[in-house]
Amino acid sequence: MKILTANRLTDGIAVWYADGGWAETVDHADLAHDKAAEDRLEAIGAKAYADNEVVDVNLIDADVVDGVVEPVRLREKIRAAGPTIREDLGKQAARAA
Amino acid sequence: MYRYDEFDHDFVQARVAEFSDQVERRLSGEITEEQFRPLRLMNGVYLQLHAYMLRIAVPYGTLNGAQLRMLGHIARKYDKGYGHFTTRQNIQFNWPALSDIPAILADLASVEMHAIQTSGNCIRNVTADHFAGAAADEVADPRPYAEILRQWSSVHPEFSFLPRKFKIAVTGAERDRAAIQTHDIGLHVKKNAAGELGFAVYIGGGQGRTPMVAKKIRDFLPEADLLSYCTAILRVYNLYGRRDNKYKARIKILVHETGVEEITRQVEAEWQELKDAELKLPDADIRAIDAYFAPPPLADRPEGDAAIKLARLDSKSFSDWLDQNVVTHRHPDYAAVTISLKGIGEVPGDATDSQMEAVADIAENYAFDELRVSHEQNLILPHVARADLKAVYDALVDIGLATANSNLISDIISCPGLDYCALATARSIPIAQEISLRFASLERQREIGELKLKISGCINACGHHHVGHIGILGVEKKGSELYQVTLGGSADENTSVGEIIGRGFSSEEITDAIEQIVDTYLGLRLNPSERFIDAYRRVGPAPFKEALYAGETKAA
Ligand code: HEM
Ligand code: SF4
Repeated sequence: MKILTANRLTDGIAVWYADGGWAETVDHADLAHDKAAEDRLEAIGAKAYADNEVVDVNLIDADVVDGVVEPVRLREKIRAAGPTIREDLGKQAARAA
Repeated sequence: MYRYDEFDHDFVQARVAEFSDQVERRLSGEITEEQFRPLRLMNGVYLQLHAYMLRIAVPYGTLNGAQLRMLGHIARKYDKGYGHFTTRQNIQFNWPALSDIPAILADLASVEMHAIQTSGNCIRNVTADHFAGAAADEVADPRPYAEILRQWSSVHPEFSFLPRKFKIAVTGAERDRAAIQTHDIGLHVKKNAAGELGFAVYIGGGQGRTPMVAKKIRDFLPEADLLSYCTAILRVYNLYGRRDNKYKARIKILVHETGVEEITRQVEAEWQELKDAELKLPDADIRAIDAYFAPPPLADRPEGDAAIKLARLDSKSFSDWLDQNVVTHRHPDYAAVTISLKGIGEVPGDATDSQMEAVADIAENYAFDELRVSHEQNLILPHVARADLKAVYDALVDIGLATANSNLISDIISCPGLDYCALATARSIPIAQEISLRFASLERQREIGELKLKISGCINACGHHHVGHIGILGVEKKGSELYQVTLGGSADENTSVGEIIGRGFSSEEITDAIEQIVDTYLGLRLNPSERFIDAYRRVGPAPFKEALYAGETKAA
């Protein structure tokens, strides 16, 4: 499965495409289960990039774990959570609070 | 220290205005990311995993209190309360919003700082010995030369689009604390037989995926010829350096592929065309820059000895810190202090906003308002009266920066790694933290003695792992982090590149492996004064391989 991710232009914060917009957490990112859905996400990413909403747009591998979306690669897990050495920072901070 | 003149002020202000306009046009969508990317990189703005990253130049690692206080202010106001001091004597902020960067740059300009040429294929921040101006073994302060190079290289039209980035380091002492042989150009300030100042010139050092030790191409270059000779080197590089392959584009590859003799000939030939023209430095100009770096007036403070003797009796921890983090100054009543940013289990090189402000206060109160960032990711107070050392120590204890581990195994260089860096293949900071915690006992660390451990989170080698006595390189293998160990590297006047010792270790195994290496060394050293690197050079890798892998071969 694939999800669409990028960094927001204005502040660089990592975002994921979910429910027709860019969410600050990965949990409910839109999942592409087949090639057609991947193409659709890719087109959305390309348009958002062209519209100067986001930069560094990527389609990445993801799984669903306990009902929430989780990226597969460690790199993307860290992007989705925040630095592993500073649990008070990044997305994980809000989750803990 | 160096103060901006009118030209510098105008130049930096103009750049702030220009980049602010570029950011505005980017945010409004007037320019695309492809157009903007090279512009932001010219101003130190990267995009990392979680956010943008801003790299701010600290020319030759020299700062004053107001500048460090401003960095603390930026950390608090625009970032998340901390900054990361780097091996290139710079500082990086990990979370700035693009929309705030114009304001940050304006704040920086108000204290004569900027982020110009901290990225891109240009001549980067010139680095220097962090004890410059204070070291007892120094022939001359290297920073005036670094400043001359900075002025010459800033937006140099011919050298702003080189095949690849270009790094210059200068030392003024026999003992190289600036790792000059790992740089594109390394300059060693020395005197000739007639007592005149000049440089031994090294070129073609570098780390990254192809580590190389720089080659000496000239034993003595008169100081007046600094710029003409560097121009000759850059011209040869700019003309012949490879642009077809990013990984082969550094001057180290050109030197390697051309051969030292031939490239020396090319540089010397180019220099003949340049040496007696306008790049020759008038003595008056050099002395004028020198004057900016005149040492502070160091009044005799002979009461220091007695004060220290008493304080030592009073506090064992002060005494330990004195032995480990305080070094001899050229003035007998003074000392240079290393403020360790390597608290046990902390993130190497990170400092909080309030720590930065408190250190700025200490520098103003006790250290003639002078600070340095070392390439080992620590802060330095280069001039402290020995009589004030106890007061400085107490102030550092208050802010948790009095760890007495300079040059010991927990004084680790570590790049940001996969916790922040978009290019990383593995994490480096948690490994540094775990090793630091494993060797937490300072008594044990002192027993081990000088040991330089350096960690990078990918082959780019920002964490200098190739030249660590023990180097650790994090890679990705089958989706997990794997750590490769090199032994025998060194970044001093006897620079060497470490050798890979064998198969890599998982994140669970790596700290045990490091401990095994250290124990092996302790078991085979001739005596406690034989450092790890000396012992390794004497015995080679075999005993370490045996200790790490013998069980496996037998089992197999
Ligand atoms: C986080 C963003 C960073 C990026 C994207 C980055 C990128 C790179 C790259 C691509 C190289 C290899 C250059 C080559 O071999 O041609 C490199 C080398 C290097 N970087 Fe970084 N780096 C980053 C952070 C740092 C930090 C935090 C430090 C200091 C702690 C640093 C210091 C160095 C040094 C010393 C080298 C090796 C020396 C050489 O140029 O050969 N970098 N970096
Ligand atoms: S060595 Fe690699 S992981 Fe570490 S900072 Fe440099 S580019 Fe990033």
